[in-house]
Amino acid sequence: MLADFNFRIIFEYLPLFLTGLRSTFFISAVSIFLALIAGTIACACRISSFKMLKYPAIAYIEVIRSTPLLVQIYFLYFGLPTLGIRVPEIQTGIIALMLNSGAYIAEIIRAGITSVDDGQIEAGVASGLNYFQRMRFIILPQALGATVPPLLGQSIVLVKDSALLSLISVMELTRVGQTMTSERFMPTEAFLTVAFFYMCIYFCLKALADWSQRKLIYREAY
Amino acid sequence: MMAFYFSRLVEIFPFFLKGLWMTTQIAFISLFTCTLLGFVLGILRSGKNRILKWIIGVYVSFVRGTPFVVQIFIVFFILPEWGIQLKAFPAALLAMAIMGSAFICEIVAGGINAISKGQWEAGTASGLSLIQQLRLVIIPQAMKVILPPLVGQYVLLIKDTSVVSVIGVMELTRVGWVTVVRIPEGLMVFSLVGALYFVISYPLILLSNYLERRMAI
Repeated sequence: MLADFNFRIIFEYLPLFLTGLRSTFFISAVSIFLALIAGTIACACRISSFKMLKYPAIAYIEVIRSTPLLVQIYFLYFGLPTLGIRVPEIQTGIIALMLNSGAYIAEIIRAGITSVDDGQIEAGVASGLNYFQRMRFIILPQALGATVPPLLGQSIVLVKDSALLSLISVMELTRVGQTMTSERFMPTEAFLTVAFFYMCIYFCLKALADWSQRKLIYREAY
Repeated sequence: MMAFYFSRLVEIFPFFLKGLWMTTQIAFISLFTCTLLGFVLGILRSGKNRILKWIIGVYVSFVRGTPFVVQIFIVFFILPEWGIQLKAFPAALLAMAIMGSAFICEIVAGGINAISKGQWEAGTASGLSLIQQLRLVIIPQAMKVILPPLVGQYVLLIKDTSVVSVIGVMELTRVGWVTVVRIPEGLMVFSLVGALYFVISYPLILLSNYLERRMAI
């Protein structure tokens, strides 16, 4: 089975793998950053009492959450050109990842905010703090701690989701595996190496998420 | 031109329904096998056997740490190298079973671990066998913790069936991909595909939200 596992070919392709890894890093980092912005905006709209903002935000979040990412990627990849917008595949991919993760992040932030007990907000009102002061001094400090672990969880999901960009021929880690398979027909070496690199990223992010879970989640002493 | 393509799309709509049927089949079979396997693995993972726990742990980490596309490629391209030749459809089902059962295993193990030790002890004291303890005492209580994330996982699994289109299974996403070559209206074609997915998964999302509220203690 693995007796004839060919390490030489992996070393031969190592530079390409590293390029792919760097590309995956870049795509994931840019997408998670943009998704945080999109998610914060979507969440702010979602919890506002202004209907013109609230309902579009609900529609955005629910549509994204109930359709597959791959369909969203294809929607943009095949759809943008029909609107006359021509952007490179990598940008299409980043937009898709941003929109997708943005919806999930909006829900994560909302869960963090609603996890703060109503009594604390009332205490803030009673102390004469205005809306922004309550957000600044009471809600956000607690909500942020509660959102960091799930946000890191979402970034793990996003790194794995970025593999789907290989299907619109973005040269990232999975695509390198595909290239190697088609050039040399060594799928075992190619995809196990790809899996290995993803596992490395996963364990780093997982360790960070577990650490933040221990440090940041507010627990009542008992 | 839009109107022309739209009428073409209406013409081939039955093709989409076929894809939807395929997606439903894959989803249904995978949800069933994943739940079954996931519960068995989850119970073993929350058990006492160290070696078994470690093996399942490695398996779960591998599945959670790699993208589903890569897993499909491993099943579809590497198994033949080892002498196991699978057609696209069974390969897709196998990949789904491997992926889904690992996630469900974690949910089930988490639910069982949430039950206090006293319940097990009370079961032993009442003279129940291990299977009886699980079936009559532990699982019914753990279900409260398991059910909301389980339904949420079902939604994710249904959406992940779209990825098996990469090995050529003619399900909904693949149908869209094939159609867009002939009807070059990406927005229209994939809106339709998305709408059909929405029809299956949105009710489950609502169910998951409902269960979450209902089961909250």
